[in-house]
Amino acid sequence: MTLLSVRGLSAFYGSFQALFDVSLEAGEGETVAVIGANGAGKTTVLRTIAGALPVPASAVRFDGAPVGGRPAHELVDRGIVLVPEGRRIFPSLTVEENLLIGAYRGRPGRWTLARVFELFPVLAERRRQPGTNLSGGEQQMLAIGRGLMANPRLLLVDEISLGLAPLVIQGLYRVLRVIAAEGITTLVVDQNVSQILPLAQRVYCLRKGAVSLEGRPADLTRARIAAAYFGA
Amino acid sequence: MGWVDTILQGLLLGGLYALFATGLSLIFGVMRIVNLAHGDFSILAAFLAVVVVETAGLNPFLALLLVAPLMAALGYALQTLVLNRLLGRGILPPILVTFGLSIIIQNALLEIFSADSRRLNPGGIETASLSLGGGLAIGWFPFLTLGVAVLILVGLQLLIGRLSVGRAFRATSDDQETAELMGIDNRRLYGLAMALSLGIVAVAGVFLGIRTTFTFSSGPDRLLFAFEAVIIGGLGSLWGTLVGGAVLGIAQTVGAKLSPGWGILTGHLVFLAVLLLRPQGLFTRRRRVS
Amino acid sequence: MPPTALRIERTTRASRLGAVVAVLVLIVLLSLPAWGSPSAMRILVEFIALLVLAQMWNLLAGYAGLVSIGQQAYVGLGGYALIVLADDLGVNPFVAVPLAGLVAAALALPTAALVFRFHGGYFAVGTWAIAEVYRLLVANTPALGRGSGRTLKAVFPLARESRELTTYVLALAIGVAALVATYAVLRSRYGLGLMAIRDSEHGADTLGVDVFRIKLGVYVGVAFGTGMTGALIYLNLLRISPDAGFSINWTAYTIFIVVIGGLGSLEGPLIGTALFFLVREYLAGFGAWYMILLGALAVGVMLAYPQGLWGLVADRWDLRFFPVQRRVRIERN
Repeated sequence: MTLLSVRGLSAFYGSFQALFDVSLEAGEGETVAVIGANGAGKTTVLRTIAGALPVPASAVRFDGAPVGGRPAHELVDRGIVLVPEGRRIFPSLTVEENLLIGAYRGRPGRWTLARVFELFPVLAERRRQPGTNLSGGEQQMLAIGRGLMANPRLLLVDEISLGLAPLVIQGLYRVLRVIAAEGITTLVVDQNVSQILPLAQRVYCLRKGAVSLEGRPADLTRARIAAAYFGA
Repeated sequence: MGWVDTILQGLLLGGLYALFATGLSLIFGVMRIVNLAHGDFSILAAFLAVVVVETAGLNPFLALLLVAPLMAALGYALQTLVLNRLLGRGILPPILVTFGLSIIIQNALLEIFSADSRRLNPGGIETASLSLGGGLAIGWFPFLTLGVAVLILVGLQLLIGRLSVGRAFRATSDDQETAELMGIDNRRLYGLAMALSLGIVAVAGVFLGIRTTFTFSSGPDRLLFAFEAVIIGGLGSLWGTLVGGAVLGIAQTVGAKLSPGWGILTGHLVFLAVLLLRPQGLFTRRRRVS
Repeated sequence: MPPTALRIERTTRASRLGAVVAVLVLIVLLSLPAWGSPSAMRILVEFIALLVLAQMWNLLAGYAGLVSIGQQAYVGLGGYALIVLADDLGVNPFVAVPLAGLVAAALALPTAALVFRFHGGYFAVGTWAIAEVYRLLVANTPALGRGSGRTLKAVFPLARESRELTTYVLALAIGVAALVATYAVLRSRYGLGLMAIRDSEHGADTLGVDVFRIKLGVYVGVAFGTGMTGALIYLNLLRISPDAGFSINWTAYTIFIVVIGGLGSLEGPLIGTALFFLVREYLAGFGAWYMILLGALAVGVMLAYPQGLWGLVADRWDLRFFPVQRRVRIERN
């Protein structure tokens, strides 16, 4: 059952066009990978779905309803939650407060502070420290935990492994598997193609703001992916 | 003895200044807006209290219980109906619009209440004094003002530190865009911040009106003193505004003692000195000056 | 495909027309003493003074992004400098007017050292605080007449008509000079840097624009213009006091003029000043209501038409009498 349906999405930053007629879908419970080079538009797609950019209402459909251009806080109410590129942890808040802010809208669900601490014990240890005192990997965990606290139906994770060490990335992907096992639909953007593909049921490749390739990872060869990624 | 007394007076005056400064500091912290009509709103509150006192015969403190929530509601309306429409358009529009509001409020007060100076009379407390021993005495009312200022600061500190909405304030102040993505409705939050700001400045206005006479044009000086107290104390620090208010108050009382016309000017000069020598203020949490 | 050529041009049909109209207006104004009344000349001096103040503020806020609500400091300083130069130092009062501008500019340097530590809204309040300091300092100085101020006595020996005529001509000269200077600055490389700073200070900085020097330069230059205009105003009024010379109303009027007329354009202040005088004529008898109306107009325009009245017209019909931008014209052969 399709949870997220993006059709013919064109997005602009002022007069600069960042996305050209992008269409993608995510079925309920699926993990969808969005890959592409820098500047391809991956972050823009996620931010648009999360409500950061004005687009026509019908361009983004969630659970059948048109939600394009709705304000971000309304989308969080519906269960669309973004883990932003660069983590964007709040420096004035402690680790625990950063998590609590994720639950600001009060969406009911199974994710609580206790469960997040169970998933990420290191966060529990550092709960009273300012959020930005953490290392890059720990901040990524915090950002994901913050997203989970909103009890999302659709979790958008932007550039999950940016700037992180391989060991840390592996840990994060283990967490992604746990999240997927819960039935949460996830849209993951990562430049680390080899890590994300085994996890995903669907992959979209973006190039210069347009979809250059889509399909199931199993059906796609390295060569085709590389061609779509870099351009023929 | 005269000097100790003078400094004490200045300290207590600082309490009143801290009340004015807190609202200004709060909305700048959350929304990066400077409300140029800040002082005028406090005088508006004082005049509203005059109306309540004259029509209902209430004591000014009781009138405050009516006026403060009214001003808070006005603040919410102002933010959500007017100032929120200026979001994302740069620094110029809020400055110009609040400046325009300042002119409108002052002239409206002039039209409605004439240029006569007014004062709120709470029935005696403003002249009562408290003996501290050793020949020192302080006025009950200035002491009460300081007490109220401290109470409000403590309350605000608790709100910002413990409550969900306080976290939202801090998050929005850090990173407005990400806060929005977390589900914080910026518009309503800003409305709340402005409501708090005007509610607090209403308290300041009524206390000012009890302490001294005021007219339609008393607003701008309040803004200036509030601003100076914030800068002296340091941006981003609530308790800093209390210290800043105290420093400013003491500068003014000492200056007035040295030469009657020089009270306010001395305050300005101390402010300039702090700006020159320690622009980040006496206590700062953040690195930037503005 | 036929070759295309790109031409960068500045003038438009409207601007060529505008230049002609401007010259015609100037000729009419120059001839005014011959056929106009003394009160007309006095009103025009006032008009020009406000126009120049508005243009100066526009340059500062609309182009350099420095929103000052303390420019009245320089109006007062210019006025007092005129009196000190003319009465105490024996300088010819008409020559003293531009000199007063220099005095204001000189004082702008230490003022900037303090006030540039602020940005945005706090910069605005900071400029106001400094203006207040100047006012209080002057009000406490016996040599400057303390709170009651001073009268310009150096002009007493002159006959009234010749004083008024010379003031009028001086005003015209200042008006034209201000317009030409502003236009020239904005069309220069300096002006380009200014607009870059306004749009993005950080961006301009990374491109190599010397942000601090340009901002300082504009601030001091505007102080010169404002101070000179202050001197002109008090040459016209003959009497100054701290409360009048340093009154926030100078800033209030100029802000209203620029906001309603249109920020960031040269035509805007012109329209705004004209409107301001019209409103004043009609509402003079209504006391405070006139300020309330001006304030409400400014707030309303800022909310609904931030480009101001001129901006509305200019964007709709692509009219620019004083074009500052360069346009790319694509020609096909």
